[in-house]
Amino acid sequence: MNTWRDKVIYTILVGSASTSIFIVLLIFFFLGKEALPFINDPGFSGLFNLRWIPVSFNKEIFGLIPLITGSVLVTLLATILMIPFGVLGAIYIAEIATGRERSFLKPFIEILAGIPSVVIGFFGLVVLSPIIKDIFGLSTGLTAITGAILLALMAVPTVITVSEDAIQSVPGAYREASLALGANRLQTIFRIIVPAALPGIIAAIMLGMGRVIGETMAVLMVTGNAAKITFNPFDSVRTMTATIAAEMGEVAFGSHHYQALFWVGIFLLIMTFFINLIAQQVLKKYQMR
Amino acid sequence: MTAMAKEKLIFNLVRGVTYFVVIVVGYLLFDIFIKGIPTISWSFLTELPRRSGAEGGIYPAIVGTIYLVSGAIIFALPLGMASAIYLSEYASQGRLNRTIRLAIITLAGVPSIVFGLFGLGLFVLFFGFGASILAGSLTLAFMILPTIIVSSEEALQAVPMGLREASLALGATKWQTVYTNVLPYALPGMFTGSILGIGRAAGETAPILLTVAAFFLPRLPKSIFDQVMALPYHLYVLATQHPDTEKVLPMQYGTALVLIVIVVFFNLTAIILRNHYRKKIQW
Repeated sequence: MNTWRDKVIYTILVGSASTSIFIVLLIFFFLGKEALPFINDPGFSGLFNLRWIPVSFNKEIFGLIPLITGSVLVTLLATILMIPFGVLGAIYIAEIATGRERSFLKPFIEILAGIPSVVIGFFGLVVLSPIIKDIFGLSTGLTAITGAILLALMAVPTVITVSEDAIQSVPGAYREASLALGANRLQTIFRIIVPAALPGIIAAIMLGMGRVIGETMAVLMVTGNAAKITFNPFDSVRTMTATIAAEMGEVAFGSHHYQALFWVGIFLLIMTFFINLIAQQVLKKYQMR
Repeated sequence: MTAMAKEKLIFNLVRGVTYFVVIVVGYLLFDIFIKGIPTISWSFLTELPRRSGAEGGIYPAIVGTIYLVSGAIIFALPLGMASAIYLSEYASQGRLNRTIRLAIITLAGVPSIVFGLFGLGLFVLFFGFGASILAGSLTLAFMILPTIIVSSEEALQAVPMGLREASLALGATKWQTVYTNVLPYALPGMFTGSILGIGRAAGETAPILLTVAAFFLPRLPKSIFDQVMALPYHLYVLATQHPDTEKVLPMQYGTALVLIVIVVFFNLTAIILRNHYRKKIQW
């Protein structure tokens, strides 16, 4: 009786756990299903055009290059900004802060992680972009750097949390040995603990980058959405995520434009997949989780 | 400079950098609170919007968000808890286990807009649900599934091995052991995960953009196949798509405040509950 019931329950549990695999396969399948017809007509090479002109009287052009460079520019800027705040923040919380400070800072970081991206985007639109416009004397505050600042803010919790785990997982004996040899706390932190935790910190930055590339609403609202190839932080750019969000509502299902937007999704999925995979492998290899 | 002075200087610098983030976030919350409060009134919360959101309230958006989040939790919670029980209690170190973990990590990293595309392809078009509460809830459910699995598993792992061993030694089956000796202690932690999931689902915009959200729909949904308005999407529309965005600024701040209060409420509840149970249960 009991063994029979145990078997049924076991089957249900295995089935439930396996749905995650099933969902991942479904995601790849359905993105592919909607995108694939594009290969025959108008052709795969069209995706590597240098221009993205989805609506035109003459000829529509679905080159993903300007969208990819847009995403890359915003992601790199955001990464440069999030590294000092994320890594130093983690060092502060793990090694320097008092117990009371920590019990305030950690929940605060979690609250920051929970703020919806549309609210951050709204704040960027009404508060940050006018500031950027005034400081740098631009004609508009809707630029790559505006988006990057918001994205850095959103990625900082990820970087802090994972880096802090990495720092905490450095064996206490390292710290004690260093202090016993006469090193002060500063030397111990920056010459012993941080180097030992470095793989985990790098993984944390990568996870932050994964979050930044995939972020949609904030960049859609503040980067100006001009699909052009530029590496000027004060230019307006259009990211891959923003393109899908802005244009999917207006396309005819099954059109070339529709298929091209699914290609954007596939590229996005592949990029985030590998970034996350590498980061997780690093964490696993160094046992930092 | 002496070593001590240098240490002090650099520690203060690191402290400054950390508190700079706190100040920025604090300012964001303060700004939305101060400018959102004047808009909040009973009628703002309970009336239908008028003149494409320039007047009236946000009642349908609040109701829509509640429907979407409830739907997502109904699908994701049982699935997530069962997955976590399998991974924590049953799984051996085999290929299936590794593949499931890889899948969960992959899901956790999938960009929300890609979930939107997927929901559009599978639920809206392939299953023919159309843009509807059902399609949106299912999409959100898949998105929050990793959050629920990971925190549920953490809660299960926190239950000491001795409880399981004692039960098994007395002749209980595996499931009896899990049901009577593990789950009761892990449940609070597992629900914490679902609360975090609620917070995340309530604030997400990109997936519902493609699967459910209505631009302006001043009425309540009649069935799960209806479109609805939702708070995050409503904020996006008012802030960027409205013909007169300057004029509806108070409405934007009001909507942002309601959304942030809901999300922060759920997150704080989860954090407080988790800390409470971590302290309370002394093994």
